[in-house]
Amino acid sequence: MTLLGLDFPPISHVTRWPDIFFDGTPFAINKTVLIYFASVLITLGFFFYAARRRELVPRGVQNMAESSIDFVREGIILQTIGPDGMGYLPLLTTMFFFIFFINIFEILPFIQFPGNARIAVPMFLAILVWFMFNIVGIARQGFGHYIKSSVVPPDVPKPILPLLVFIEFISVFLVRPFSLAIRLFANMLAGHLILVTFAILSSAIFGAAVYFRIGAAFPFALLVALTAFEILVSALQAFIFTILTGVYIGLSMHPEH
Amino acid sequence: MHDFLLAAQQAGELAKGLTAIGRGIVYGGAAIGPGIGIGLVVGNAITAMARQPESAGTVRTTMFLGIAFTEALALFGFVLAFIISG
Repeated sequence: MTLLGLDFPPISHVTRWPDIFFDGTPFAINKTVLIYFASVLITLGFFFYAARRRELVPRGVQNMAESSIDFVREGIILQTIGPDGMGYLPLLTTMFFFIFFINIFEILPFIQFPGNARIAVPMFLAILVWFMFNIVGIARQGFGHYIKSSVVPPDVPKPILPLLVFIEFISVFLVRPFSLAIRLFANMLAGHLILVTFAILSSAIFGAAVYFRIGAAFPFALLVALTAFEILVSALQAFIFTILTGVYIGLSMHPEH
Repeated sequence: MHDFLLAAQQAGELAKGLTAIGRGIVYGGAAIGPGIGIGLVVGNAITAMARQPESAGTVRTTMFLGIAFTEALALFGFVLAFIISG
């Protein structure tokens, strides 16, 4: 796509990477998959390294790990599920860090691709969360009562009840996982595209005639600012995904009466 | 024959242009509501924080939740704009 003389790459060009290993097989591995593997290893390594030599007064990595677990406990579980949701602490902590590490590759020099800009992992995690809150709800309340408490809102007049049940059913069982996946995916894709746009803009202006080069300072300054903004977005999207998981599990455990 | 080919080419160009316009309208339309909604959410959260600074933590968490629910609609439009193909 050419825009104002700029050669902007098509969308598939900035999100689809050539296969590196096992080329042509269904198990082909490209940069995105390597980012996923790296994130799993970093998440595991971070917590195992922190727990290697436990001290009473934490220092260094152990301190970071403990304060992050504390953040998930205070900021996510106690706010959404309540004190009886502590069993979900390992799940939510690893989920937060897995998503965050995948996202943060967006601004890491020479890699600069958020793995979540492909929908695979967001979709898988959303399906996981869907099974999770349904199973928790059925186990806690029983099948009939769980369906009733999720699709029948309390205190509504009889005539509009069927319409509301229909809307609630769609919003609880279809829109929830869909929006969970799309939110993470689209946020990271949009951030990646914005960074690509401004990088191309600055490099094109810098490559133009000599007296135009000073103009490249403006898109470049914006590029730096947006890169800083994307750090915030990476952490925020991981936080929002985790806290919404907490909210959904909390709603399954304690239905509104 | 030549005229026919020219017309076909022009139709292709027209479809391309209309697709581009459609994408713009889809994303632009999808961004209106959530833009107003996020403004309301954040504005009211700031009012609440200013009135009761001690509850700022709880309000901030709830604010992010509200933003997340509101902006989902804009993101649907964003994804739909890419799905539309001419």
